[in-house]
Amino acid sequence: MGLADSGMLQKPVAKPLTWLLNYSRKYSLWMFQWGLACCAIEMGAALASPRYDMMRIGVIPFPASPRQADLIVISGTVTDKMAPAIRRLYEQMPDPKYVISMGSCANCGGPYWDSYSVTKGIDQILPVDVYVPGCPPRPEALIQAVVMLQEQIQNEGIGNDDMRKRWNGEPINVV
Amino acid sequence: MSSTEQPVTPTNDSPDFKAVPDFEVAPGMQRHLADARVNVELDTGDMIINLGPQHPATHGTLRLVVRLDGERVIAADPVIGYMHRGYEKLTEFRTYPQVTTLINRIDWLSSFANEVPFVHAAEQLMEIEAPPRAQYIRTALTELSRIATFLLFLGEMGLQVGALTPAFYGFRDREHVLNLIESATGGRFHPNFNRIGGLKDDLPWGWIAETRNVMKIVLDACDVFEDLVLGNEIFQARTRSVGIIPGELGASYGVSGSNLRASGVDWDLRRDGAPYLAYPELDFEVFTHPDGDSFARYWVRLQETRESARMVLQLLDKMPSGPIMAKVARIIKVPAGESWVETENPLGQMGYYVVSKGGTGPFRVKIRSASFSNVSILPWMLRGVYVPDVVTILASLYFILGDIDR
Repeated sequence: MGLADSGMLQKPVAKPLTWLLNYSRKYSLWMFQWGLACCAIEMGAALASPRYDMMRIGVIPFPASPRQADLIVISGTVTDKMAPAIRRLYEQMPDPKYVISMGSCANCGGPYWDSYSVTKGIDQILPVDVYVPGCPPRPEALIQAVVMLQEQIQNEGIGNDDMRKRWNGEPINVV
Repeated sequence: MSSTEQPVTPTNDSPDFKAVPDFEVAPGMQRHLADARVNVELDTGDMIINLGPQHPATHGTLRLVVRLDGERVIAADPVIGYMHRGYEKLTEFRTYPQVTTLINRIDWLSSFANEVPFVHAAEQLMEIEAPPRAQYIRTALTELSRIATFLLFLGEMGLQVGALTPAFYGFRDREHVLNLIESATGGRFHPNFNRIGGLKDDLPWGWIAETRNVMKIVLDACDVFEDLVLGNEIFQARTRSVGIIPGELGASYGVSGSNLRASGVDWDLRRDGAPYLAYPELDFEVFTHPDGDSFARYWVRLQETRESARMVLQLLDKMPSGPIMAKVARIIKVPAGESWVETENPLGQMGYYVVSKGGTGPFRVKIRSASFSNVSILPWMLRGVYVPDVVTILASLYFILGDIDR
């Protein structure tokens, strides 16, 4: 029985507490890396190379399984053969969970827009929070996406409708 | 290594079932093999585990169905196709310049090297040739992408045997090379710089001096990797006599590139194939290693990185002046015909068989990519190894999933 049990709050939460909760959540994002194609190398560069070093903005990139992850980065071409596996691992992640779609292929199919085997857009199977354009996006772009996601997390209310929807696993629209 | 046939997945019901197949094993391994046989006599069950499709050690989305007896692999079955994007079909609906954009993404670590054979095939059909300066710049960029690919390998291989530091070093030094590619072509990853008949642009001001500096960094990095990884006792214990490919068997499976040279086969398309780019005018050495194990593959790639840096320095000294683009019509129509061009990609032999019927796009393109043949030997290699060695062998083969599935 936590503060927010199964997505429903028993009583309204004071604003400073909300701020504190969001503040701690946004700087401890455990990122599940779903490296698929070219973007995976750029994601690796963003995480592992000393020039970009994403851990300094509070992203922990080595969860042992999706059950420990808050954030999933779909980086690369999603094929129809791969899509069910992605959906299954996404469902194993605990709520609240966030999705970053990295690269044109994951956004919309990219250069394979007319291919018979490519899923045109990961948003057909997952609710995406931040889209990163590019083919592949530079590591800086992925860092920018994470920063935007952190802003979004900071501004989330804990008891409001958006949050409740998210914790019930429904997609919400991010402006 | 006597048996060279395609391995048959053993089943328990056949009378001559052997949990561990008969082949010569490295000294010191007989005891473990005997243990495995005892396990079979005690009727311990096999375990089937799925490695992948999402697994950090598979460099992407390769799935391995591994059948285990204790810690030892009885049979491994690679399942590919998770990254199949239908390249050969897509090329039929693209024009020639659009195909160049697409094939950048086959082997995404060495994109520039992918473009070259296709552009050559189209140029052969059109009977034009790029000017010498374009050929030299192409060669330099191909070698730079080879260096970038191998630097990542030199770091990643350390990561797979449990050392984290080399990975950071590899990524750090690779950034310098990527900066060079970016400043010349405008693309960090997928340059799309080749045009049929030449190149898009000339080199930017100061590029040659900057490249000389970076090659010094690369040569230093190779020394660091030699000390840090190759000389490391733990690394040697994990890689020596692990994952041996006999030279003849590797060649019969179609393994190519550094993987084959590490098995003692002295075959490099840059030297032995049909002359292409500026390679005939370069003075370079082809490295082979007699052992054929994971260590040998690392050693060969390290030497080739060094040699590539030296080749780039040679190219910069010899760089001719002149135009970078031959005279080509604005709308490219390739006359009817067929051509086959194969080149030495960083991962091995890469070839394109282009069939044209005279239109603006190819009628059919058959892509021969290196990694597909390189992983075809995996079921043979993985029989009888330990589970942790599977990861080392996968890393040392160094395949790219886009290159396997296309």
